[in-house]
Amino acid sequence: MAKEFELNEVEVWDGNYAASQALRQAQIDVVAAYPITPSTPIVEGYGSYVANGYVDGEFVMVESEHGAMSGCVGAAAAGGRVATATSSQGFALMVEVLYQASGMRLPIVLTVANRALAAPLNVRGDHSDMYLGRDSGWVQLDAFNAQEAYDMTLCAFKVGEHMDVRLPVMVHQDGFTTSHKAQNVYPLKDEVAYTFIGDYVPVDDMLDFSRPVTHGAQTEEDWHYEHKAKQHKALMDSRTVIDEVFADFKKLTGREYKRVESYMMEDAEVALVLLGSSVETAILAAKQLREEEGIKVGIVAPRCFRPFPYDLVRDALEVPTLKAVCCMDKSAPGGAMGALFNEVSAAAYTTKARPMMTNYIYGLGGRDFAVDEAKRIMREQKAHADAGHITTDIQQFSGLRGPKLGFFQTRRG
Amino acid sequence: MSTGVLGTDKRGMRELGAEEKVGWDEVTHGVVLNSFEGEVSNIPQLKAEERDYADFNSYTATVASWRIIKPVYNRDVCIDCQNCWVWCPDTSIISRDKQMLGIDYDHCKGCGVCVEVCPTNPKSLLMFGENEDNDEALAGWPVKEKKEK
Repeated sequence: MAKEFELNEVEVWDGNYAASQALRQAQIDVVAAYPITPSTPIVEGYGSYVANGYVDGEFVMVESEHGAMSGCVGAAAAGGRVATATSSQGFALMVEVLYQASGMRLPIVLTVANRALAAPLNVRGDHSDMYLGRDSGWVQLDAFNAQEAYDMTLCAFKVGEHMDVRLPVMVHQDGFTTSHKAQNVYPLKDEVAYTFIGDYVPVDDMLDFSRPVTHGAQTEEDWHYEHKAKQHKALMDSRTVIDEVFADFKKLTGREYKRVESYMMEDAEVALVLLGSSVETAILAAKQLREEEGIKVGIVAPRCFRPFPYDLVRDALEVPTLKAVCCMDKSAPGGAMGALFNEVSAAAYTTKARPMMTNYIYGLGGRDFAVDEAKRIMREQKAHADAGHITTDIQQFSGLRGPKLGFFQTRRG
Repeated sequence: MSTGVLGTDKRGMRELGAEEKVGWDEVTHGVVLNSFEGEVSNIPQLKAEERDYADFNSYTATVASWRIIKPVYNRDVCIDCQNCWVWCPDTSIISRDKQMLGIDYDHCKGCGVCVEVCPTNPKSLLMFGENEDNDEALAGWPVKEKKEK
């Protein structure tokens, strides 16, 4: 039996340590991992818990992130509770196997400390890796701070392992901003956390010798499509399971999470939609702007990036007073509008209000996003609202040196 | 489809792709395929023809149509050395109690490895066109080659 880890009611943890403690409390059977900044301390922490008897599990050192996720797929197919961590280039190298994990319906948990993708090489936090995973068939939960990195990691097991889901889950936190920033975290006692998650129940495990199975079979045009459709339905249906898990978590801890978090949207005239640690910056800016200048700003933050909460984003934006919405993408858009802009706009198009939608690219490679810049963007939305049409380019860049960069205009309101 | 040297088992009982095409709501979870019908306990002790293979196990499917040349087996020359059985990449050499019985034509792809590794003189396995008659092939089997002095 693993030893209990003594925890205080309040601990000072960074996001990485919080995630590693959640992995320990979940009593992971196997972690196959390859280190990469800024996520390394997550699996390093798990390794020390194994070495010191705080978890009954196996730490498998592999030769790459492709090997790490492959090891996780094998261990999960064998019937174990499995997790790992990565960032950036490591995430990119994992991508091929991410699709294997979801297609094989293996509820692996991947904790990601979000980091920019090279080139140019950069270790700081942006959402390039998180975006890279968005078509991989995984549930993607987004933590905005260290407490949430802990909470979301615990919830991830319960979501992914649910019999109606059986899909892998990523828990994202912003590299450095969250992963390395020590904050107050209220952990659960080991037994309470484990009881919340529950024992791992294997499905079609390869170690069940009474029922030998083939995992990862090849399917061509006569079968592949049906399997992908079934997988997509499981991911879409996971929405209700995520809601249930969040509700259970609230009962246990008092901490309430929703697939889409809304702040001050009840009477909002303008809104920002964004992800990750920037959400807290934006909330602070919105509160100040409401007090100082009377601009009614609201914030919408998808906590669940996948399955994309089309329904709840639409609900969040279904505000009669809402006139202008800015979607902020912390990932180089690669020749398109930002992904968050595209997806939120599609949901907003079905609202009665149909607010004006604009897109900001920001924070690439860890470029700071501060309260003053958030306020400037909010004032700009107010200017759109007052003018009755978008007064700037539809896609712009925040915090960028050099001549103003922007794309596309509209004459419509 | 061949009745095979083992006669009555489930080997190659259906063409690959002839299975019932069910809808997305009925496909298995995660493309998991059961090897056998129901629970099993003593599979290693059972011979292939005694196992209750599932419909989606490749054992029950025939892929004979993939082959354009085939090995023909000559019992009269064979010394039961089991070389072909060891080397066959598709377990398509059927051997029982270390006695070579023949070729699993439902799964043999015609790669010719068995012929290559056969040590007898003449060889006990030779490649022929898929449509050539086995009896005719055996009737015209080459004779022992004399060593050059």
